[in-house]
Amino acid sequence: MSDVLVVAEPRRGELRAVSYELLTAGRGLADAAEGDLHVAVVSGPVDRYADSLSREGVDTIHTVAQGEEFNHDRYVTVIASLVDDLEPAFLLVPHSANGLDYAPAVAERLDRPVVTDAVALDVDDETLVVNRRMYASKIETVVEVADGPFVVTVRAGAFPPAEDFAEPEITAHDVTVDEEGLDSSVRGYEAASDGDVDITEPDFLIAVGRGIEDEENLALVEDLAAATGATVAASRPVVDNGWLPKNRQVGQSGKTVKPTVYLALGISGAIQHVAGMRGAETVIAVNEDPSAPIFDVADYGIVGDLFDVVPRLVEQFG
Amino acid sequence: MKILVTVKEVTDLAADFQIADAEIDETYLEYELNEWDAYAIETGVQLVEAGIADEVIVATIGPERAEESVRMALAKGADRAIRVWDDALAEQDLLDVATKAEIFASVVEAEEPEVVLTGVQANDDGFGATGVALAERLDYGWAAVVNALELDADEGGAHVRRELEGGLEELSDVTLPAVFTIQTGINQPRYASLRGIREAEAKEIERKTLSDLGITKADAASALQITDLFEPVAEREVAYFDGDPDEQVEQVADVLADSGVVGE
Ligand SMILES: Cc1cc2nc3c(=O)[nH]c(=O)nc-3n(C[C@H](O)[C@H](O)[C@H](O)COP(=O)(O)OP(=O)(O)OC[C@H]3O[C@@H](n4cnc5c(N)ncnc54)[C@H](O)[C@@H]3O)c2cc1C
Repeated sequence: MSDVLVVAEPRRGELRAVSYELLTAGRGLADAAEGDLHVAVVSGPVDRYADSLSREGVDTIHTVAQGEEFNHDRYVTVIASLVDDLEPAFLLVPHSANGLDYAPAVAERLDRPVVTDAVALDVDDETLVVNRRMYASKIETVVEVADGPFVVTVRAGAFPPAEDFAEPEITAHDVTVDEEGLDSSVRGYEAASDGDVDITEPDFLIAVGRGIEDEENLALVEDLAAATGATVAASRPVVDNGWLPKNRQVGQSGKTVKPTVYLALGISGAIQHVAGMRGAETVIAVNEDPSAPIFDVADYGIVGDLFDVVPRLVEQFG
Repeated sequence: MKILVTVKEVTDLAADFQIADAEIDETYLEYELNEWDAYAIETGVQLVEAGIADEVIVATIGPERAEESVRMALAKGADRAIRVWDDALAEQDLLDVATKAEIFASVVEAEEPEVVLTGVQANDDGFGATGVALAERLDYGWAAVVNALELDADEGGAHVRRELEGGLEELSDVTLPAVFTIQTGINQPRYASLRGIREAEAKEIERKTLSDLGITKADAASALQITDLFEPVAEREVAYFDGDPDEQVEQVADVLADSGVVGE
């Protein structure tokens, strides 16, 4: 019997959505491995979190009240200790900024192989089979991992959330953390600067990516936005270059938007971008690369040069 | 203070690639310095320029071809480089994190940098795990997805910002020695100047094999094997607008009008 241990992700009083998605991923894997699904929740109001994680398919929830918020040193100690107790064959962690901050260390400490950013999971005999994307999502690979037990980080949005409530067993654990030995401490949180425009409001967004090439060329897109009444948003490189302020960034570390129309110009469609715009009602993508993953999340596409398309659109609406 | 930056030459796919027998032919692959690593190099070089660090060493795991990217790092201001490669690694299609951590750990143990910088992830395999695994192996402190780094040598620590989801940032303190995985946007990586490129030619690239580092083939065996690859299933069905640009633009205009987001 091979059990699965899933780690939920709390932040500032809420469980992040990926926590419930991991319950689905974990249940599927537990079924394939004929094991139980265990869920760990560490830090914050863990009893309240445990109630919320009490969903169909979960066998046991383990709560560890360790600190108010995430601290990777505490997490590594706590998770390693739970794994020693429960001996799960599979440890599943969100592929998030915090998941990346502790899962590889847990794997290293426990001497388990780690595979990150899984979009599908299976077991074949004793071998773990993980689907994951490469080349910024242009290719999906099937990776077989030998030498379990395993640590896996799971992509947000890859599994539907577990919804139906149930009554799993809830067990509280005390784990002692050596306070002297902590190499890191969290001082606080800040929201990245909010600016002039709220890109979550408008129903027409024109999003521009690295394909725009130069800051000067942004004027073209501004013209189109002015002519159509749209608002300009961007992918990360445009913001990294300082061409547009951070509050225009769409994606995992930027804003999540749900406009009626999202016109993506010269954006490849990396997962961290798609995470912020896949809820748009209608997506139109213009990209000169026919294999750009943005076309996998678009309703309409032009395989072509944005510098041919945008000036003509400006003319059309001007 | 010494700074070690791990860098990777990554593969990119040509626009019109093809998959045959679960493989992509070499002709469709292009090579470049990993985007995230360029920011890590810049972070290191700026610390030297600010007088906080003395030297930036880059370390890579890769075949001879990877020296092009290493030269790029040297041209952008790194002082010297170490490249580790071995036939035992060339046979593997996906190096596992433990192997990479093992290799970099032995380089770090020889060089004893106080700060190790890596990119958050490599844009080909997107693993995002090497830096933190390395820190744990070395018993260094660490922080992942760092978009601001301030070293306080007197305190023996660093103040960092970690970028979380949805525009939220975490402020933390980390004791040195430490590994930081660097996020894009932390700075503006410089272009290599012609002079920098010329000077890089004269800088040293030290080449090492696994046995030079005391690592056995068995230690470097990967637990991971790629058994299939294909183009991912699309989430939405896309309708392409064909014709010349004028005709394509007409069709975009129709969609915009039908959706009610523009007048007419
Ligand atoms: C932890 C983490 C968080 C992240 N958060 C975000 C986030 O919030 N938002 C975000 O966007 N990214 C985020 N990223 C970065 C993300 O991985 C990608 O690097 C980024 O989205 C790429 O932006 P892009 O598509 O504009 O650039 P690229 O991937 O470089 O794509 C440019 C595209 O433009 C096309 N193109 C070029 N010239 C033309 C032309 N003339 N006409 C038409 N098409 C053209 C190219 O074919 C290419 O497809 C994050 C990454 C990490 C690791």
